[in-house]
Amino acid sequence: MAEGVGEEKKKFSIWDLPDVPMGQLPPYLELQRSRVSCNKDAPIHIESIQYSGAYASMGIDNSSQLDRFSNNFRVEVVRLNEDDMEFDMIGIDAAIANSFRRILIAELPTMAIEKVLIANITSIIQDKVLAHRLGLVPIRVDPRLFDYLSGLIHFFVDGLSEFMEFTPRALGNSLLLSLSIVKNDQPNEKNTIVFKLHVQCKRDSLRITVKSNALKWLPNGSELVKETRNAASDSSSKPETYTYFGCSQETIPEFVKNPIIPKYPDIIIAKLGPGLEIELEAHAVKGIGKTHAKWSPVATAWYRMLTRIDCNYIEDDLAEELKSKCPVNVFDIEVLGKGRRRETVARPRASTLCRKCIRGDDWEKRVALRRVKDHFIFTIESTGALPPEVLFTEAMKILEDKTRDNRALMMLLIWLVRMREAMDSLLIQGDFLAS
Amino acid sequence: MEHGSFTDNSAATFSLTDEDHTIANAVRFTLNQDPRVTFYGYSIPHPSEARVNIRVQTTGDPAREVLKDACQNLMLMCRHVRCTFDKAVEDLKQPML
Repeated sequence: MAEGVGEEKKKFSIWDLPDVPMGQLPPYLELQRSRVSCNKDAPIHIESIQYSGAYASMGIDNSSQLDRFSNNFRVEVVRLNEDDMEFDMIGIDAAIANSFRRILIAELPTMAIEKVLIANITSIIQDKVLAHRLGLVPIRVDPRLFDYLSGLIHFFVDGLSEFMEFTPRALGNSLLLSLSIVKNDQPNEKNTIVFKLHVQCKRDSLRITVKSNALKWLPNGSELVKETRNAASDSSSKPETYTYFGCSQETIPEFVKNPIIPKYPDIIIAKLGPGLEIELEAHAVKGIGKTHAKWSPVATAWYRMLTRIDCNYIEDDLAEELKSKCPVNVFDIEVLGKGRRRETVARPRASTLCRKCIRGDDWEKRVALRRVKDHFIFTIESTGALPPEVLFTEAMKILEDKTRDNRALMMLLIWLVRMREAMDSLLIQGDFLAS
Repeated sequence: MEHGSFTDNSAATFSLTDEDHTIANAVRFTLNQDPRVTFYGYSIPHPSEARVNIRVQTTGDPAREVLKDACQNLMLMCRHVRCTFDKAVEDLKQPML
C-alpha cells in the first residue's frame, strides 16, 4: 500500500527550487539583520551583524561604505525645549549610539562645587552632608569658558610617565602642555567660581529653609582671608585669600548680562532653627561625570529603538480584543467595507513593549513585535548648564577627539616602525660596506 | 602599546590606557565592517583599571594601518552625524517658510 502511494507521488527535483536571488537578502535573513524580534520570553537577534563577510555567500557586501552611510543617515528632531530634547537617529549602529550616550553621561565637563570653606555652621546638619548637597546643586554657567583646575601640571607629570606607554590621551596632552606656560594649579578667575552662603535664623523667628537661591556669586574671588604666619609684615598689602583672582569675573562679556547662579533657585539645601547660622564659601571647578556624578551635565540621557509591530489581517472581534489589550493605545481599527474591521498600528512610537498584545493563546502567531535595529529615539534631559542640542554636539566633538588621538597614536606607531625598518636597512648596508 | 610580532604585521594586540568601552565598541563597529579584517575584539582586563586590550587580525595588511583607517572612518562618521544633527536642529528652530 505504501509503495502504491509512493509511485503516485510526483517526483521532486532540486532543480525545481526557485533561484535564490543574488545581491539581495531573502526576507527572513533581512529580518534577522535589521530587526530585533521581541518574543514573549526574550528578544532574539539582538546583535548587529558587523562582520563584512557575513553574507558573502549571498553575494552581498556587508562592509561599511562611508558614502552609503552618509546617504542613508537621517536625524529628525521631535521635541526641543530649553531643558530637554527628543530626536531620532536613523541609519546608525547601536555601538556608536551607545558611545554618544556614555559620553553624554560621563565625559562632558561641567562646573560643580568641589571645595567648601566653612567659617561657621551651628546648624544641626553635618558639615560633610551640607558640603555634599552643595556639590550636587547644578550651576547655570557654560563650562567651555573655564579651564580645568590643576590640569596642566598634573597632566604633564602624568603625561611623561604615560608617554612611555603611548596612551592617546597623554600623547595629546603632553605635546600640548610642553608648549604652554600658563600655570593653572592655583584657583584663579579662569578655573574657579566662588559662591558665598551666609544665612542666619533670628532667635525669635520660626525655622527657615535655606534654598539654593541663597548662594551668592562672588565675582571678585574669595573673601575669606588666609591666616599667614608672618601677618605683621604684610599688613600693608592686600590680605591673601583662598583664590588668586587677577581680575573680576564680571568683566568677562558672557557674565555681564548673565550672572552665575544656580539653575534652580528652590533646591532645599538646609534647614535652620532659631539662633542657628551657616557661613561658608563654596568653590566650583570644572570636572567630568566619570570622577563624580555631580559633574554630569545631563539629568539623564537614554535611547530606545523604534518598535515595529506587524499584525497582518487581524479582523473583527480579534481586532477589538487587540485594541482593548494595549494600555497605551498603539492600535486602531480601520473600517473596511461590508462591516469588516481591520487592525492597524497607529502609534508605534508610544509602544512600551509591555508585550500584552502577544500574551494569551495564539497571539504570538498573529502579532509580531519587533524593533528596528538602526532607528534610535534619543532623549536628553539637561540639568541646565548647557542646552541639550549643544550637549549632543559637544559629545560628538569629544568622540571625534578621542578617535583623532587614537589615530595620531597609530600614525606615530606606523612612523616608528618605518623608522626602525629604515635604520635596520641602514645597518645592514653598513655591515655590507664594512665587510 | 602594541604587542605584535616583528615578522608578521597582520596580527597585533594594542593596549590603550585611559580608555573604556566608549571608544573600543565604536571602533569595533567600524573595524569589523572593513573587509581586510578577519578578527577584531577588545577586552577590559579589570574594571578598576582604565585599560583596553584590542586584538586585530587582518588578511595581510599591517594591523596598525587597518586600525588607523578605522579610526579615520569613525571620525568622518562622527563629523557627518554632527553636521546632520546641527542642520536638523537649525531647521526646527527656523522652519522654512
